Amino acid sequence: MTLIEPLPEPILEPLADIGGPAQPLLDVKNLTKHFPVGGGFLAEKKTVRAVDDVSFSIAKGETVGIVGESGCGKSTTARLLMHLMPRNAGEILFDGETVGGTLGMRDFRRGMQMVFQDSYASLNPRLTIEDSIAFGPKVHGIADRDARALARELMDKVGLRPEVFANRYPHEVSGGQRQRVNIARALALKPRLVILDEAVSALDKSVEAQVLNLLTDLKREFGLTYLFISHDLNVVRYISDRVLVMYLGQVVELGPVDEVWDGPAHPYTRALLAAMPALDPDQRTQEPPITGDPPNPIDPPAGCRFHTRCSFFEPVCAEVCPALSPVAGGAHSAACHMVIPGSGHSRAPQSLAPKAGDIAGATP
Amino acid sequence: MSATSDAALQAAPVQKARGYWATVGRRFSRDKVSMVCAAVLLAIVLAAIFAPWLGLADPYQGSMIRRLRHIGTPGYLLGTDELGRDMLSRLIYGGRLSLLIGILPVVLAFGIGTSLGLLAGYLGGAVNTIIMRTIDVFYAFPSVLLAIAISGVLGAGVVNSIVSLTVVFVPQITRVAESVTTSVRNLDFVDAARASGAGAITIMRVHMLGNVLGPIFVYATGLISVSMILASGLSFLGLGTKPPEPEWGLMLNTLRTAIYVNPGVAALPGVMIFAVSICFNMLSDGLRSAMDIRN
Repeated sequence: MTLIEPLPEPILEPLADIGGPAQPLLDVKNLTKHFPVGGGFLAEKKTVRAVDDVSFSIAKGETVGIVGESGCGKSTTARLLMHLMPRNAGEILFDGETVGGTLGMRDFRRGMQMVFQDSYASLNPRLTIEDSIAFGPKVHGIADRDARALARELMDKVGLRPEVFANRYPHEVSGGQRQRVNIARALALKPRLVILDEAVSALDKSVEAQVLNLLTDLKREFGLTYLFISHDLNVVRYISDRVLVMYLGQVVELGPVDEVWDGPAHPYTRALLAAMPALDPDQRTQEPPITGDPPNPIDPPAGCRFHTRCSFFEPVCAEVCPALSPVAGGAHSAACHMVIPGSGHSRAPQSLAPKAGDIAGATP
Repeated sequence: MSATSDAALQAAPVQKARGYWATVGRRFSRDKVSMVCAAVLLAIVLAAIFAPWLGLADPYQGSMIRRLRHIGTPGYLLGTDELGRDMLSRLIYGGRLSLLIGILPVVLAFGIGTSLGLLAGYLGGAVNTIIMRTIDVFYAFPSVLLAIAISGVLGAGVVNSIVSLTVVFVPQITRVAESVTTSVRNLDFVDAARASGAGAITIMRVHMLGNVLGPIFVYATGLISVSMILASGLSFLGLGTKPPEPEWGLMLNTLRTAIYVNPGVAALPGVMIFAVSICFNMLSDGLRSAMDIRN
């Protein structure tokens, strides 16, 4: 990883690569976040299981997509990874290091940055664009003049002419331009991993395409790794190498994006993909691929959380929570009894000897 | 959210660099109402400061034969009070104490209350609970009673009444500051600032302050008139300014007996308090809209 261009003085150096290419840049283990709700004076205390036992890893230079419907825990996952809110359980390893362990919080902040969905709310309305971008570097001890030079350079990189935009306020530019500012602001700290939380979802289609291309270019130029959160399946397929499908705070399917798209193993993924509008009029469907609303995360269904809406429901689904298990003949895994040999589901692949340990012991 | 094509903005005019506060200042100076109010306030303040050099009648020199002259009496432009003292002179001299006692407690309370409110609103949790519940204790007493109690404990005097009024206003300003801060704190740009590794003090200074000051400002300036009235109440009870010292609140109090005899003169101190407080209100309103650069 190199600096953008020779600058007047050495600016923030990116964090060093510690573990080499084989070590995942981000390793998330059993991440869990429960929000207490209610629990007033006499009310019964309940918890929303926003993120429940989520594990995945992101390799260096990779783009991992997270898809799922609203309220499935995508954004909570992003905020947990950013250490913007405390987690209840789980481990987050950044290039093999834990924050607060060998990696200090300030250094971690430089290593991981985030672009928020709401381009307007994520910029201080009373700071100029230049000030907003230069804020981060200044926090990390860069002189005001150098931080401003860096900000202008980054504005150029994201396609905003500094002489036009540097002194404008967020309300004076369009949504697409604001999101470019947010991207520049995230890049100002020379991060290694950028979380894009619905970063293009609020943009017009044409602007969205421009920003996606910009993200692809920046990734190449700065050697970035992306975690791309979106509900737009086409966009996720376009930009991601691997994809993670979430449902009610849990990972239901995980694997290379093409493989998941071409051969979804989990009924929820299948329903999601079937819900994409078809361009061919002959392919139009009249009936919805999935019915009903997602169950209340305050009181998630026992067993597989999707069983209330699944058309392949069998008694085992309501009893045992399926672990994320490799799909036969593929490189991806799904959390469904239909892919776990000997799970007790009539559609499960035949196994030689079903063992009780199979379900609990299965690893992603 | 409008999506202008990037190409269209390439032709946009180049703006010259200026900071946020410079922009606010320019917008503020263009507001006519604010400028008129600023001029009125400036005139009152300057007159109060330079009162001894304005060739006014002695504000303490009374006369039994020329009591309660009407406004416009030759030689007594604004008439005389119940002891025959020149009203114009007393109003101008009275501005010295009244402005001090009206503004200083609010300024002090603004500083303390804003800091406390920012801390409580930004840090939340236990800090919020400690600060806000302590504030609630002060809310249990009516503000007049609280001011009297504190002044009574500290003893009579202008300084002590300023202290007691400050204590009365701090909880009110803190509460406003806390609620504004809490609403701003939940916006994404504060999270983005945290994500960049900035500490709480830096975030409060750079990102919170400019976004919370406006509403607190407007509220605080509204307290200036309240402060003058409360101060007059203290004076009335012998806890603040003492006669024959000219002070608008005290004058209003002593002239109230003349309200049927000479209502014009009796209302004059009230007119001054009203003028000053409305000017401060308009001024803060103008400043708030100047700070809201989105419009």
